[in-house]
Amino acid sequence: MTAPDNDVPQLSHPLEIPKLKCGAMADSSPYVASPEHQKSVKYPGELLPDWKERALAKMKELAEKNRAFQVYLDACVKCGACTDKCHYFIGTGDPKNMPVARQDLLRSVYRRYFTLAGKYFPKLVGARDLTEEVLDEWYSYYHQCSQCRRCSVFCPFGIDTAEISMAAREIMNVVGKGQKYCNEIIGKVHKVGNNLGLQEKALRATLEDLEEDIEEDTGVSVRIPVDEKGADILLVTPSADFFAEPHIEGLIGYAKVFHEAGVNWTISSYASEAANFGLFIGSYENMREVSLRIRKAAKDLGVKRIIFGECGHAWRVAYSFLNTLAGPWDFLDQNYPIPQHICEFTWDEMQKGTLKLDKTRNDHIRLTFHDSCNVARGSGMGDDEGGQFEIPRNILKAVCNHFYDMPRDTIMESTLCCGGGGGLLTDDLMDLRTKGASPRMTALKQVTEENGVTHMAAMCAICKTQFAKVMPKFGYEMDSVLSVHQLVSNAIVLAGQGDDEEDAHKVAIDAA
Amino acid sequence: MLGVTYAILFYIATLILVFGVAAKIRTYIRVPAPLKIPTTPAPKTRTGVFWRMFREVVFFESLYKSNKWIWLFGWTFHMSMWLVLMRHLRYFSQPVWGWVEVVQPYGTYAAFGMVVGLGGLWARRFFVERIRYISTPSDHLILALLVGIVLSGAMMRFVVHTDIVAVKVYMLGLMRLQIGFLPSEPVLLAHLFLVAMLMIVFPFSKLLHAPGLFFSPSRNQIDNSREKRHLAPWAAELER
Ligand code: HEM
Ligand code: HEM
Ligand code: SF4
Ligand code: SF4
Repeated sequence: MTAPDNDVPQLSHPLEIPKLKCGAMADSSPYVASPEHQKSVKYPGELLPDWKERALAKMKELAEKNRAFQVYLDACVKCGACTDKCHYFIGTGDPKNMPVARQDLLRSVYRRYFTLAGKYFPKLVGARDLTEEVLDEWYSYYHQCSQCRRCSVFCPFGIDTAEISMAAREIMNVVGKGQKYCNEIIGKVHKVGNNLGLQEKALRATLEDLEEDIEEDTGVSVRIPVDEKGADILLVTPSADFFAEPHIEGLIGYAKVFHEAGVNWTISSYASEAANFGLFIGSYENMREVSLRIRKAAKDLGVKRIIFGECGHAWRVAYSFLNTLAGPWDFLDQNYPIPQHICEFTWDEMQKGTLKLDKTRNDHIRLTFHDSCNVARGSGMGDDEGGQFEIPRNILKAVCNHFYDMPRDTIMESTLCCGGGGGLLTDDLMDLRTKGASPRMTALKQVTEENGVTHMAAMCAICKTQFAKVMPKFGYEMDSVLSVHQLVSNAIVLAGQGDDEEDAHKVAIDAA
Repeated sequence: MLGVTYAILFYIATLILVFGVAAKIRTYIRVPAPLKIPTTPAPKTRTGVFWRMFREVVFFESLYKSNKWIWLFGWTFHMSMWLVLMRHLRYFSQPVWGWVEVVQPYGTYAAFGMVVGLGGLWARRFFVERIRYISTPSDHLILALLVGIVLSGAMMRFVVHTDIVAVKVYMLGLMRLQIGFLPSEPVLLAHLFLVAMLMIVFPFSKLLHAPGLFFSPSRNQIDNSREKRHLAPWAAELER
């Protein structure tokens, strides 16, 4: 399953179209969930004898419950515009990783059983029976899609392969063939409240250590409160922020920003996770259940606002779905966006001038920024269209003197996935992850060559973990990926922090 | 006899087209979009979404960003087709509406636009490896059908002229449920037969992309999820 490291694709430019290599990734397949993991997300423990009937029944149900699924299956004209847009196709050359071909794996079955043409002329329209081989193929290739939506940007009808992947994964879950990685994690959130299964005690201990580290570092006591009733702000952040690098540096950054802004905030041990893998398995019910924990935490703690930490898909669920899944949020302060992104908060404070920043502290860094797919194409920030591109860049430019964007066709709404999103961030998919990262890495290399870029900032827990792991395969240090708020953290001069820092100057950015 | 056969054919084709597409549209309207999934950055107002859709329908904006060749051929084909279809309205209106008169001269050569567009798209299905891979026989057949329609039409227009007046009288008659006389010219008959076939396959094929585009959640949704709750009826049930 895991290929040797020398199997890293060499692309001459980030969007190089590969020659087709049929079946190249046919063996890529993540571990199947155990009966226990399946049950923890309320799906049957193993492949059921009547799986086929159930799969078809589920397909029918989805077509009746989800307009996107129905319209996308009907509307594709096979124009081919999406064929070269998927980073997994670019990295692997496997034609089944072309978005339309990925959709067709399921569409062919849908056609066979639910359309007139497929029932009577299957050959003509490429319809096929649902067999165990087809199921295996689904399992393999629907776990080679990071649900990044890049294809949907370029399809003339907006057909979003991510929606089809999610539907396929739900169908597979319903018949008892779920993926271990996602289901185990969702089970932990239902039970403990975060992806890691980190208990309250351990969480408190970790955060206390972190407070000590900050004090040691800066001489200022910056708090990271847990379960503080009556706090104004509930911070919901990916649990990776509590222990992984460079995530933790980002958390320190949020804490410093809150400290300087002088707001009362808290983390909840009950909802100690921003990630919501219910999205990845296409399960409305699981996604809702996870979201409702946040509602309960907000109510129990009596907060007025909710702010999300740096996490891509979590922000998509928060921004685009939270109101639907767990609203209405009538008990929160309506003067602020519900929920709000930490970048929105920080940028507001920067504009207000509450943060004292010393950009030169990041002078050893020549920076670029990786737009995370779910933030770029599945959510927004601020009041303006495209705020999700502007706000993080504004922040970075305010704290770092050397900022360079990667080529335009690889950033913003055209951003290339890190290769590890959508529930694929698991060791058993390392080969796929490396190949899928190669377009992004190639774009990074271009700015390294042209502008001497040394580091790349990201604001997604998955992106950060993925890059820390794959960057060494592309000749970068694993710490070349940074949290956005890590750079903020570096630059921020805390009130009362060493008067020796004469050169520190207060930078207030005009609203302009 | 010929008049009767084609009358039956056209009545059946029309019924299938109208009811088939109506049934599909009804499904699209009824099936809820349970979550807000516009591909962002997306407009935050209804007017914004209207213009986004307008640009997609009229200019094929996303396709333009995506692939210049497909855009060039696809857009040429579609726009020429609209011109041709507008020109055709003269067979179905009496007196011919003013604006249809106006487009007549512009539409004449649109047939060539269709040929070039369709030809380019079809060639890609043979010569571009990726597109060859995703093509099924039905993709070729629909192109063949359209090429057949266009070539037979252009034949009548430029080579073997048909008695257009007779065709018009026949069509106007059909619209009033009167079956008249249809000239028995092979090219005309071929043209009409293929058109009827196109009408019949429309609701069962990828030609559903035309109505489908208007119901694509990633394009037609407003990006206002934080401001407004968006609850599908079946999801509301979960809250009981
Ligand atoms: C609202 C109206 C319509 C819109 C916005 C639209 C848009 C598109 C777009 C963007 C494509 C993909 C690019 C291309 O291959 O051209 C396409 C393909 C196609 N359209 Fe349409 N279309 C519409 C109506 C129609 C109608 C009425 C027909 C036929 C009678 C038609 C026939 C086709 C065919 C056959 C293709 C596939 C071409 C190929 O094989 O590559 N379209 N359409
Ligand atoms: C019942 C419907 C239709 C009738 C009665 C009809 C009839 C005709 C006739 C009589 C002509 C010859 C025009 C002339 O000699 O000046 C013609 C031309 C043509 N037709 Fe049709 N047609 C129909 C539908 C269609 C459709 C649906 C298409 C395309 C999708 C089409 C495409 C063409 C083209 C490209 C030409 C040649 C250029 C032109 O005159 O505009 N026709 N048609
Ligand atoms: S771009 Fe859209 S319509 Fe074209 S082949 Fe891909 S999914 Fe189908
Ligand atoms: S959503 Fe992303 S990963 Fe999935 S097919 Fe589309 S481009 Fe590829």
